Amino acid sequence: MSEVLLDQVTQADYKYGFTTDIETDIIPIGLSEDVVRLISAKKKEPEWMLEFRLKAYRHWLTMKIPTWAQLDIPDIDFQSIAYYAAPRKNAPQNLDEVDPELLKTFDKLGISMEEQKMLSGVAVDVVMDSISVKTTFKDSLAEMGIIFCSFSEAVEHHPDLVQKYMSSVVPVSDNFFATLNSAVFSDGSFVYIPKGIRCPMELSTYFRINAINTGQFERTLIIADEDSYVSYLEGCTAPMRDENQLHAAIVEIVALKNAEVKYSTVQNWYPGDKTGKGGVYNFVTKRGICKGDSSRISWTQVETGSAITWKYPSCILLGDNSSAEFYSVAVTNHHQQADTGTKMLHIGKNTTSHILSKGISAGFSQNSYRGLVRINPKADNARNFSQCDSLLLSDKCGAHTFPYMEVSNESAIVEHEATTSKINEDQIFYCNQRGISTEDAVGLIVNGYAKEVLNKLPMEFAVEAQKLLQITLEGSVG
Amino acid sequence: MLEIKNLHANINGKEILKGLDLVVRPGEIHAIMGPNGAGKSTLASVLTGNQAFEVTHGDITFYGKNLLELSPEDRSREGIFLSFQYPVEIPGVSMVNFLRAALNEHRKYKNLEPLSATDFLRVMREKKTLVEMDNKLANRAVNEGFSGGEKKRNEIFQMAMLEPRLAILDETDSGLDIDALRIVANGVNKLKSPDNASIVITHYQRLLDYIIPDFVHVLYDGRIVKSGGKELALELEERGYDWIKKEVEETV
Ligand SMILES: Nc1ncnc2c1ncn2[C@@H]1O[C@H](COP(=O)(O)OP(=O)(O)O)[C@@H](O)[C@H]1O
Ligand SMILES: [Mg+2]
Repeated sequence: MSEVLLDQVTQADYKYGFTTDIETDIIPIGLSEDVVRLISAKKKEPEWMLEFRLKAYRHWLTMKIPTWAQLDIPDIDFQSIAYYAAPRKNAPQNLDEVDPELLKTFDKLGISMEEQKMLSGVAVDVVMDSISVKTTFKDSLAEMGIIFCSFSEAVEHHPDLVQKYMSSVVPVSDNFFATLNSAVFSDGSFVYIPKGIRCPMELSTYFRINAINTGQFERTLIIADEDSYVSYLEGCTAPMRDENQLHAAIVEIVALKNAEVKYSTVQNWYPGDKTGKGGVYNFVTKRGICKGDSSRISWTQVETGSAITWKYPSCILLGDNSSAEFYSVAVTNHHQQADTGTKMLHIGKNTTSHILSKGISAGFSQNSYRGLVRINPKADNARNFSQCDSLLLSDKCGAHTFPYMEVSNESAIVEHEATTSKINEDQIFYCNQRGISTEDAVGLIVNGYAKEVLNKLPMEFAVEAQKLLQITLEGSVG
Repeated sequence: MLEIKNLHANINGKEILKGLDLVVRPGEIHAIMGPNGAGKSTLASVLTGNQAFEVTHGDITFYGKNLLELSPEDRSREGIFLSFQYPVEIPGVSMVNFLRAALNEHRKYKNLEPLSATDFLRVMREKKTLVEMDNKLANRAVNEGFSGGEKKRNEIFQMAMLEPRLAILDETDSGLDIDALRIVANGVNKLKSPDNASIVITHYQRLLDYIIPDFVHVLYDGRIVKSGGKELALELEERGYDWIKKEVEETV
């Protein structure tokens, strides 16, 4: 397969590059204590929530943007960002009340809500910009005692739960971006699964960035009470835009005794154009705690979007016999940069963690796996297995692996394997010889390479993810 | 259907094919024999459009079309199939997905609708039976962890699925035990029709006991230096290639 042949592969553009023309309510750009107060006031928050934000804001002023990642982060002017935007109309009660423009947007994304409801039994909590527009299935879930609502609603209706668990996994002062989020977060999702309940459907949220120059600061909190189970899906696509957009989310998961939480993400924010112009800066703090004995948390992510990704979904294995998993596919193309991985902190006895990371780099992109496995002194019989594979599709991209291990207990078994390979030209020719174009061949081969991770996704997500991998890599191999 | 005229081809600047001529008509089976390194696989690669090889002179037409102008995938869709000497593994890609993609590309090329999942699986079942392909293999990833013989059998299975007009079998017999050889040859014979043709590249006369060729050609040093009927294969089996080499050197 020659360079020429590969260059002939069609140059495809980001398919979700459109903006929805919806009136939005934006507060002026810039960040100050007054802006924090304004956000809180607009959301009609109680005093304790405002205090939480102000404390975070004041701490944030003392912090610096982290520089340890394998990322080239342009200067971000935090005063040129608007920190709040909300669709102006009141939140609709059913689909008929939803802005037709918004529905059209979902159609383009292939996630029409009617279809979602009928076909997959997914409850969709749509976050359009910063405010929750629509929650479905809430009533049927409520009958089981399950709470699935926007974060704002949770602050209003379930203040005890929010106050008890918010920032219990990601402390306010955790890191620059988490602290910023704590000061200005707009909205997000809240989930509580009561004792002994298996949530009967996948809970799902779609995120979109939709207002010019608006940072998006979601906050999600999932609490699985004893002996409960929930599978949560987060997926997003963002419209094309020239200015870089900042995205700094927090996701916290709490799994109590014998509870299980599966969290799956397909991340497809606008990655910027072929020359590296534009794109979303995605600085996410995701962390779960296996708080109770025998609890389980698994993170599965397919990362294809964003100009910059800084993201380490992590687990604190506090309960004895608890277990955690991290399955990741991260694809970078053109000038995208991703520094992503996980932290597994073993504290309880007989805890196990499993890491499987598949990096795919193309074009001029940089793709790093960064992982930490820490076995605390009291974590007897801890086990970890990490497998980190990198696949290179060009000569000009980079793949890096930074596995850190801190083992302070002699009974621990920690294993790490890593491989790096280049896409095999013989495989592509073999496909060509059977009538499959190079572009489709790359799609097949890459999906095969990532299969172990894709298989961990819920069905409806797996199909979408496979398409995304191929779309992301179109026009890239060479 | 296939006409090769004065074909010269290089790899990495080294000339491998040095003026090769060959005409194949529908219904014919051509055997190409020759010592190691003669250029047999190179011919297969050039016919299928492997870009590692550069054609410096000559023409190839396939049903009147200039083959050299077609991409490898279009050559496949035109009905040229290569059973690879060394089939590659594609980890994680199921045979079903792979063949479905391939078959539907062929159909699209002919302006046919893609096959539904059910129809596709039915065709797959039929062809599996035809070439005595193990169910287990068909459910695995493409060639992943297959033994040498299993890979070869899988090539014939894919050939049955794609129903080529011209099949090129590159040493499909090597590494096969006698039973597998019989199955492969049976598969080839069952797929034979007055409309399609085969080029069977082989080292040994053994395969030609099962697949009876209409013509036998000897490829040596980048050229076809001798052609004959099936008895030529027997003669080669008996006498080796040295006498051919001598003949060639004498004429030079
Ligand atoms: N990829 C390659 N790079 C360099 N030389 C090659 C390559 N492939 C084949 N050759 C050379 O081309 C010649 C013909 O090889 P091949 O066509 O495979 O012969 P055969 O199939 O008749 O045994 C040999 O000398 C071989 O070493
Ligand atoms: Mg050969």
